[in-house]
Amino acid sequence: MSANVLPASAAIPVADTEARATYNDKVVRQFAIMTVVWGIVGMAVGAFIAAQLLWPALNFDIPWLTYSRLRPLHTNAVIFAFGGSALFATSYYIVQRTCHARLFCDRLASFTFWGWQAVIVAAAITLPLGITQSKEYAELEWPIDLLIAIVWVSYGVVFFGTIVKRKVKHIYVANWFFAAYIITIAVLHIVNNIAIPVSPTKSYIVYSGVVDAMVQWWYGHNAVGFFLTAGFLGMMYYVVPKQVGKPIYSYRLSIVHFWALISIYMWAGPHHLHYTSLPDWAQSLGMVFSLILLAPSWGGMINGLMTMSGAWHRLRTDPIMKFLVVSLSFYGMSTFEGPMMSIKTVNALSHYTDWTIGHVHSGALGWVAFISIAAMYQMIPRLFGKQQMWSSKLMDAHFWIATIGIVLYVTSMWIAGVMQGLMWRAVNADGTLTYTFVEALKATYPYYAVRLLGGLMFLSGMFLMAYNVWRTVRDTQPVDAPVLAPATSH
Amino acid sequence: MISQPASLFIVVFTAINIVACLWLMWWTARTRVAPSSHEQSAESAGKTGHVWDGDLEELNNPLPRWWLGLFIITIVFGAGYLTFYPGMGNFAGTSKWSSVGAYEEQVARQRAVFEEKLATLKDSSLKELANNGSAMATAKNLFGANCAGCHGSDARGAKGFPNLTDKDWLWGGDEQRVLETIEQGRHGIMPALGSALGEQGVKEVASYVVSLSGGNAPADWVAAGQQRFAMLCVGCHGVDAKGNAMLGAPNLTDNVWLHGGDFDTVRATITNGRDNQMPAHKELLGDTKVKLLAAYVLSLSEPEMHVAN
Repeated sequence: MSANVLPASAAIPVADTEARATYNDKVVRQFAIMTVVWGIVGMAVGAFIAAQLLWPALNFDIPWLTYSRLRPLHTNAVIFAFGGSALFATSYYIVQRTCHARLFCDRLASFTFWGWQAVIVAAAITLPLGITQSKEYAELEWPIDLLIAIVWVSYGVVFFGTIVKRKVKHIYVANWFFAAYIITIAVLHIVNNIAIPVSPTKSYIVYSGVVDAMVQWWYGHNAVGFFLTAGFLGMMYYVVPKQVGKPIYSYRLSIVHFWALISIYMWAGPHHLHYTSLPDWAQSLGMVFSLILLAPSWGGMINGLMTMSGAWHRLRTDPIMKFLVVSLSFYGMSTFEGPMMSIKTVNALSHYTDWTIGHVHSGALGWVAFISIAAMYQMIPRLFGKQQMWSSKLMDAHFWIATIGIVLYVTSMWIAGVMQGLMWRAVNADGTLTYTFVEALKATYPYYAVRLLGGLMFLSGMFLMAYNVWRTVRDTQPVDAPVLAPATSH
Repeated sequence: MISQPASLFIVVFTAINIVACLWLMWWTARTRVAPSSHEQSAESAGKTGHVWDGDLEELNNPLPRWWLGLFIITIVFGAGYLTFYPGMGNFAGTSKWSSVGAYEEQVARQRAVFEEKLATLKDSSLKELANNGSAMATAKNLFGANCAGCHGSDARGAKGFPNLTDKDWLWGGDEQRVLETIEQGRHGIMPALGSALGEQGVKEVASYVVSLSGGNAPADWVAAGQQRFAMLCVGCHGVDAKGNAMLGAPNLTDNVWLHGGDFDTVRATITNGRDNQMPAHKELLGDTKVKLLAAYVLSLSEPEMHVAN
């Protein structure tokens, strides 16, 4: 055996190892694959409970299949399992590449993956069993909450540790949004879940009455604002310019809309409590700040769409571009709809109706899921040493079936919601209510059917994605990309 | 009212956040990237000079004017809103609007409309009301809003909630009793007899009860059950098991069941008891609405209500 059979690496001097360092893409690959898996699980549960609204017998009289227990499973699975995995994957991918540094502390990064998966599995077991804090989007009981807090703080250490290690002076705008999302979610989660445990499966929240409601919706709305908006804007700020190969449209727009968005979002929670015992001043401030939020929210849409401007011809050939354009359009639409719904007189009609469900899904399916799908289609091939996904046609099919699905879902819920709001408030000349509650429910049935159809279409798109991902990665060796040297020309 | 320091805190922070946004707009509009000089290539013109990940760059276009305008309009609207409406801590707003005030005003307006109608009906008898088409239309809507949640919009009830369209009355079906039921509510309790009777005893009594309305049950259990029934159950359900409307004890011989008349359900009823409540509506609805509802409910099952006066 001669020396030249040795692996080439053995001959490289120590001084060069820095140049040969790779990004930690293992944890990114793990989260990316789980994004697809949890997307299917969460959306399948959603489609199932949508079917239960049409055919209540589908709970088979089994307690853990009842709507009340599966609905929080659906929301937790799509927001925290699907959306969360997508955010972990993309933030880890992006922070390394825009800091030109490997992730800080591989073991801690690995812990955040396994810890987060443990949280999801624990949620999938406890929620159907009926173990819940009864706080929307914060249903999980205290032992799981503690695990979330530990995982999340570790996530912060990994992320900010990497920022500290960065080889470039300026921090890229995507990382501002990821940073704001990581810090704020930690604060929101911890404050909203302060509870006194009485057993491993039961605790009592320390707040009571209207204070509890206000803390809950301060958390609830900022979960939307920071998890589902700021986090995914971070994703957008990398995926869009990378996909079109053009510079971000306006640096100063990103500064204004970032700071305005994160400061104003904090106030918006009370619009979930209009016309309740929450004091009027808090309701008014919630409404006013929700309205002022419109322009800062649209700043992200403008920056995304204007970055793509000049590359519209690529829409003909690039399905990822289609996902991005539709995603930013739904982002713009739902961040317009939200402030409108926060106006008290509009809210008096829309609150407690399916309009809210339509609004949430235009954001969740149209914006959050679409930008995540685009990011996964962009990143997954690269993470496995390929240039692109196995089939562009399948991505295209995914795009169309999912887009039509969203349109069916959102429009049916809009119509149903406005109809319910009008039926509930209709009053006869003699002062009595025109409709009983059940009449409004009966009138909603056709729209529930359309909604189920839309949801099933969106879900089948996810199956196309899963197949496409599997065909893309099945014969590949995972590749950790080498750390790129920072540009020196500027 | 919140404390003065808390109020001040809210006002100051609200103002700071809004002013900070305005300052941010002014500040970013002010700073400009140096206009492209000779050294810079045309391609890099307008870029910030930051580069990440090989090819990620930024332009520094000015804030779109329409977007700035939108931002400022929402801020002006917000400032106006917080002047007219409560929002800035303890400042009540120049319009003196409050959600409680708005609610009371709406309720008062609605009540006034209603009172006008009710005033014409308040002295009518239940029979007269039952034969007054417009009064029954109002009553049907009142039933839909207040009663249908339990009794169903067709008043046929559900498991645990009595059917109001048959002639079987737990608490009596004459006018006075029905009015009383709606006004004051009812609380029907069947005590749990599982421990008093023992498992076998419960089976025997259940067999007897099922047999009373023609159900099949083993003859020896029926006989033994009859003995036990005579000791424990006749107090409420009567010697003939036809019930007692004063106590709300149901007639067990007519094959009308509130919770179900199959053997297993009857056994569960005897073992664990039942606790049924009809809430009181006098305070909630007032006398005339209660009369309208009583007339409506009676008209569903008592054809004689419709005999013209």
